[in-house]
Amino acid sequence: MATKIYIPCDSSALAVGAEKVAAAIAAEAKARGADIEIVRNGSRGLYWLETMVEVATEKGRVAYGPVKVKDVASLFDADFIHGNPHALGLGLTDEIDWLKKQQRLTFARVGITDPVSLDDYIAHDGYKGLKNALKLSGADIVKTVTDSGLRGRGGAAFPTGIKWNTVLGCEADQKYIVCNADEGDSGTYSDRMIMEGDPFVLIEGMTIAAVAVGATQGYIYVRSEYPHALATLNAAIEVANKAGYLGSNVLGSGKVFHLEVRRAAGAYVCGEETSLLESLEGKRGLVRFKPPLPAIEGLFGKPTVVNNVISLATVPIILDKGAQYYADYGMGRSRGTLPIQLAGNLKHGGLVELAFGTTLRELLYDFGGGSFSGKPIRAVQVGGPLGAYLPESQFDTPLDYEEFAKLWAVLGHGGIVAFDDSVDMAKMARYAFEFCAVESCGKCTPCRIGSTRGVEVIDRITSGKDHAKSIQLVRDLSDTMLNGSLCALGGMTPYPVLSALNHFPEDFGVSSGGLSSQAKVA
Amino acid sequence: MLGSHTTQDVNASIEALITQYQHQPGALLPLLHAIQDNVGYVPESSYAQISKALSLSVAEVHGVVTFYHHFRTHKPGRHIMQICRAESCQAMGSEALEAHAKKCLNVDYHQTTADEAITLEPVYCLGNCALSPSVMMDDEIYGRVSPADLDALIAEVKA
Repeated sequence: MATKIYIPCDSSALAVGAEKVAAAIAAEAKARGADIEIVRNGSRGLYWLETMVEVATEKGRVAYGPVKVKDVASLFDADFIHGNPHALGLGLTDEIDWLKKQQRLTFARVGITDPVSLDDYIAHDGYKGLKNALKLSGADIVKTVTDSGLRGRGGAAFPTGIKWNTVLGCEADQKYIVCNADEGDSGTYSDRMIMEGDPFVLIEGMTIAAVAVGATQGYIYVRSEYPHALATLNAAIEVANKAGYLGSNVLGSGKVFHLEVRRAAGAYVCGEETSLLESLEGKRGLVRFKPPLPAIEGLFGKPTVVNNVISLATVPIILDKGAQYYADYGMGRSRGTLPIQLAGNLKHGGLVELAFGTTLRELLYDFGGGSFSGKPIRAVQVGGPLGAYLPESQFDTPLDYEEFAKLWAVLGHGGIVAFDDSVDMAKMARYAFEFCAVESCGKCTPCRIGSTRGVEVIDRITSGKDHAKSIQLVRDLSDTMLNGSLCALGGMTPYPVLSALNHFPEDFGVSSGGLSSQAKVA
Repeated sequence: MLGSHTTQDVNASIEALITQYQHQPGALLPLLHAIQDNVGYVPESSYAQISKALSLSVAEVHGVVTFYHHFRTHKPGRHIMQICRAESCQAMGSEALEAHAKKCLNVDYHQTTADEAITLEPVYCLGNCALSPSVMMDDEIYGRVSPADLDALIAEVKA
């Protein structure tokens, strides 16, 4: 029987040569007459070890990495297809400490299965959640999701079940399920990993949402920067349609659910749900006023569930194992697990799914291995470009929505970007304004004008012009943007700006002693 | 891409795409994507055709095309190179990479090299943040890109 060799088709693995490695292994096997079957899996999320090649052995899967094309011949020489030792050997995959310490619920199958094999998905507990859901009333499905404590993983952390309940309670001839896969935050890639590594779990989650609230049409709005995710999702949807898991009679239940992938077009603001809906309707992605809530008047004016990829991809395990199983993980009001993405200047970047409550320090050092450059980690930005910068003194904060809020910081979509001590925080504050100026939809004045004025004020600060006055001005401007913007883009740009100023005043030419009283304002 | 074909070819191709996409709900973005994928850009001369088919004003079509960073209204180079400018890549030296690219291609962002080989664009995150800095050449992402890697990449597509 052919030996199964797993080589990821995940974008980041491809970014370091996985395609060439796969081709080299296939060619070498052919030349040597080795009987192998190459499976293109998702990534296990140990990105510094990509391309990580795994071999199925009697004892379990054995990993090798990071494999380059030049290593392929020596891997065959060492008889890696029987799991034998090699300099790049990592042992049994399941025994790798970095993976073993995790609690993978949403990511249970990512890196393990063939992403577009429905048989593989079902063999690994796939579609158990939907089968259970089909036996329940819409209200009971919504109750299960509410009881699990699942909150929106896109960043806003709004309870998913409550959102669903609003849509369930609306009378309408048409309802929609929209998946927000416009993952634009720097330092985040968990949505991409799910879409490329386990697309069926997202499809299943959306189908459960549709059954729960009575929606018949779904859209997945995927960023145009993710060509591989787009292709994998489309392939998986085709398979699910053919097998009767989607379409006009879902699993013979008589329920209808059609699902379509829509490609975004490179506007960060379209990650904001109302802007996303405008974009899906074929318009400019201008943010809408709320109310009305999208749950009541959403896509094409109809009741719409808009959820992030991770929120929807977590629903199947909740419906499979029960609300309590999920809620047993976590701390405080942050229930379940969070797929954390380690990024930036870290030695071991990758996907770490853990129950809420782990500290930043554990993530940065135990998992992340410290900085890639070897220099001290000076600042981390959590929650994307609109998240606060945290200094070393805050690294013991547990990952929990409320604990972060206490520090005037956000968990967001769970991305952690580390910077070493070469970072200039005034430059990062300037960049935050600049990014807001590039991406502002332009509908509200604080964001459209404030972002451009912000860049100018930071430039005055760093050039020493009207220094004290300019520092005060940046605070006033931030206050206006914070309280006067229509959405989080303008409303949260002050988070990176003021956190940089408050925690790293020396980079702005302010002595830390002179700032403490002002810092409290923020 | 039909970039080198005649205006008539382009118009016919756009007309066919309009017929294919116009009845989808929210058809404009899928249609613009299809046009750009086929023609290489969205010609301003197509706005009238599009607006008529979708019952929109020319201004609305223009507004949508120009709102989204992804769409372009002029023919790009044979390859599009995007350099990530977001925070994670900055933490790993993307600024030096940007400067290097601009210098050796002798262009700024949104410009095309004199030999029409490469159009340089900024991008804000490619989702490859564990292996920053990142570059995208056409549809392929590259991680942990050094200036030397960038040189090799440029040489490869120019060859």
